[in-house]
Amino acid sequence: MGPEYEATADQYQADDHDHHGAPSGIKRWLFSTNHKDIGTMYLVFSLLMFFVGGTMIMIVRAELFQPGLQFVDPAFFNQMTTMHGLVMVFGAIMPAFVGLANWMIPMMVGAPDMALPRMNNWSFWLLPVGFTFLVATLFMPGGAPAAGWTMYPPLVLQTGDAFPFLVFAVHILGASSIMGAINIIVTIMNMRAPKMTLLKMPLFVWTWFITAFLLLAAMPVFAGAVTMLLFDQYFGTHFFNAAGGGDPVMFQHIFWFFGHPEVYIMILPAFGIVSEIIPTFARKPLFGYNSMVYATASIAVLSFIVWAHHMFTVGMPLAAELFFMFSTMLIAVPTGVKVFNWIATMWRGSMTFETPMLFSLAFVFLFTIGGFSGLMLAITPVDFQYHDTYFVVAHFHYVLVPGSLFGIMAGVYYWLPKWTGHVVDEKLAKTHFWLSAIFVNITFFPQHFLGLAGMPRRIPDYSTQFADFNMMSSLGAFGFGLSQLLFVYIVYRTVKGGEKASSEVWDNPKGLEWTVPSPAPHHTFETAPELR
Amino acid sequence: MDHTHDKYYIPHGSHWPVVGSCALFMMLGGFAVYLNGAAIGGTVSLIGLALLVVMLAGWFGTVIAESMSDCYNSQVDKSFRMGMMWFIFSEVMFFAAFFGALFYARQLVIPWLGGEGTKFMTNLMLWPGFEALWPSNGPAHAGGEFETMAAAGLPAINTAILLSSSVTITIAHHALKNGNRLLLNLGVLVTVILGFSFIFLQATEYMHAYSELNLKLSTGIYGSTFFVLTGFHGLHVTIGAIFLTVIWFRVLRGHFTPQKHFAFEAAAWYWHFVDVVWLCLYFFVYWL
Repeated sequence: MGPEYEATADQYQADDHDHHGAPSGIKRWLFSTNHKDIGTMYLVFSLLMFFVGGTMIMIVRAELFQPGLQFVDPAFFNQMTTMHGLVMVFGAIMPAFVGLANWMIPMMVGAPDMALPRMNNWSFWLLPVGFTFLVATLFMPGGAPAAGWTMYPPLVLQTGDAFPFLVFAVHILGASSIMGAINIIVTIMNMRAPKMTLLKMPLFVWTWFITAFLLLAAMPVFAGAVTMLLFDQYFGTHFFNAAGGGDPVMFQHIFWFFGHPEVYIMILPAFGIVSEIIPTFARKPLFGYNSMVYATASIAVLSFIVWAHHMFTVGMPLAAELFFMFSTMLIAVPTGVKVFNWIATMWRGSMTFETPMLFSLAFVFLFTIGGFSGLMLAITPVDFQYHDTYFVVAHFHYVLVPGSLFGIMAGVYYWLPKWTGHVVDEKLAKTHFWLSAIFVNITFFPQHFLGLAGMPRRIPDYSTQFADFNMMSSLGAFGFGLSQLLFVYIVYRTVKGGEKASSEVWDNPKGLEWTVPSPAPHHTFETAPELR
Repeated sequence: MDHTHDKYYIPHGSHWPVVGSCALFMMLGGFAVYLNGAAIGGTVSLIGLALLVVMLAGWFGTVIAESMSDCYNSQVDKSFRMGMMWFIFSEVMFFAAFFGALFYARQLVIPWLGGEGTKFMTNLMLWPGFEALWPSNGPAHAGGEFETMAAAGLPAINTAILLSSSVTITIAHHALKNGNRLLLNLGVLVTVILGFSFIFLQATEYMHAYSELNLKLSTGIYGSTFFVLTGFHGLHVTIGAIFLTVIWFRVLRGHFTPQKHFAFEAAAWYWHFVDVVWLCLYFFVYWL
């Protein structure tokens, strides 16, 4: 059975009579210690980066619209694919999830704010520094980094003046993530309302709790990896140079020890969001709450022992190939538990299909497709053929776009009325959903066929046999990109006005966040709410 | 969970985080410019570093003042403790990356370059005559002939120093809890002195390595792992020693009570952390 938590409206106090009401002007944002303001900054920043990274990939898809070289030279093409990856991963997806965590976790556990509010502020204000470095590289001699977001040496060591900026951007974004993760862990461990035991926490809180540990264990390793790159480049070390007894493949091991937990960092919070939304619109408690928690924890543990499945073709010993193949396939078990639970939650529920639910349903269906192609890639001998083809691109975009991104969109549509106090225009929002859902498939589904037929990734030109599917994919990408402008308009409109939202917003949703008025006041729980 | 507080505590806004961001922007941006060959970058980087120090002093100063005026309830204290604990965990993972590199290079890369198992042809075609031995500066003998640092000399003294400093900080902690201010004062002071002695000896060792052993950062994979591991450890000892120095001045001013002394404990935890890292270093880098 799912947990039951309800609080009555009089248990929360809205009066900010003390010294920490909302200050006005720029100081409110620069010096903020308020989780809602900081959450808003994270979300706006990630939306901005979403369009920066999106513009880059429009250039890529324009170049790939037909065979031959037409718009950009190959070096710039490589810069665009690399920067698209870095900006989307570290600028769009991760900050969006941290923004949602900031807004929702304190409200969901009945806390007044994050546990360490000033550090929370710094976590956010490091992001503009990191991205100033990263975006500035576009204008440097030698151009932006172009060796792929994975930064494999020796290729990445050919980067021009951008190289140290790339390394330091990673350091700064890593520091931001680590501080954010510490804050989330401490908030959840120390700030829960009385009687909110661990197994009564909403699943979004649980998934973020586990994600924060992944961040804490993975980001410092990434910082170490790029530090070694920096030392190899400027201080004469030989970590990744065989002549000195090092090994470029060692970088791949260290990178993916970070990189694989990183991909779960980008999906686990989305699991949490859909686990909040599906019960609301199926009007049934979440099926298998405890098993959801254990499945999430299992996925997190497994994520640290599967990293080399990204490197099957690099020449590892047979024992390693087998170990990483089997450990990777094991992940399908807890993931299958989750998909089963979401479907079982909907089974015989009285379902309605508001926009958050539509995005969640698309998430379950399309993420599962991404999971299946992941299983195909997990099989070592099969991966020998798929490695570095468009099949891989199709796979990880299925888990990241209709997976992570749709999860974020679902969460935004679900909680936007709580944040703004206004109901979202369902007609517009549903239009946005259908445009996104159709175009995302037009974009990425043909890429499976391209990859299986042998089209390599990260190359600006291709054989004419791949022309039709590439044109289809490009058209889908343009359509998807344009559809997101509608999302910006919907959010803008909802912030500016519209029908007043009730405190519950939806039909009897569960969770403490629905016991406070919409919009949620600047300070939510000044004294702990009492749970029944 | 501890809920002795009746009202939550939320700190007021602060300009220090933004100052910190500006400091890091200048420090790292300037350093990047410097690495690209423009000397002005070095100056900017140092100004950034100075600003970072100002920020840390200002931010911690604010928190200390708030703590001394009893702003913080037990819940805040617990948040600080958990925050420090998990911060140290992230530091452990940072070192894990470099230890991982050491183990991988020593156990896999060097034997493979030497032609172990299926890598026979690699050795024969690419690096003929290379024998898999540790320590190694690789088939190209990067940096030339070198000697390793003997575990028995300075490193052994340094091990003794760090281990005793862990004891002295623990003595100080017990003294603090028993209200023995004099012993507390002495315990922290001795720890600080031992800490800085360690750093001094480590610097001596580095000079010895560079001038007499021909062991340098560029001495292949051995020099890379040796200097990066011990270097980052030395940096952390320096931070820890500065941390403890601040604690000592706070002790002089009569801060900390037997019940409330989070900052002291945080410094002690951090100190034990650098101690444990050193033991791993001594074992895996110097000894084995």
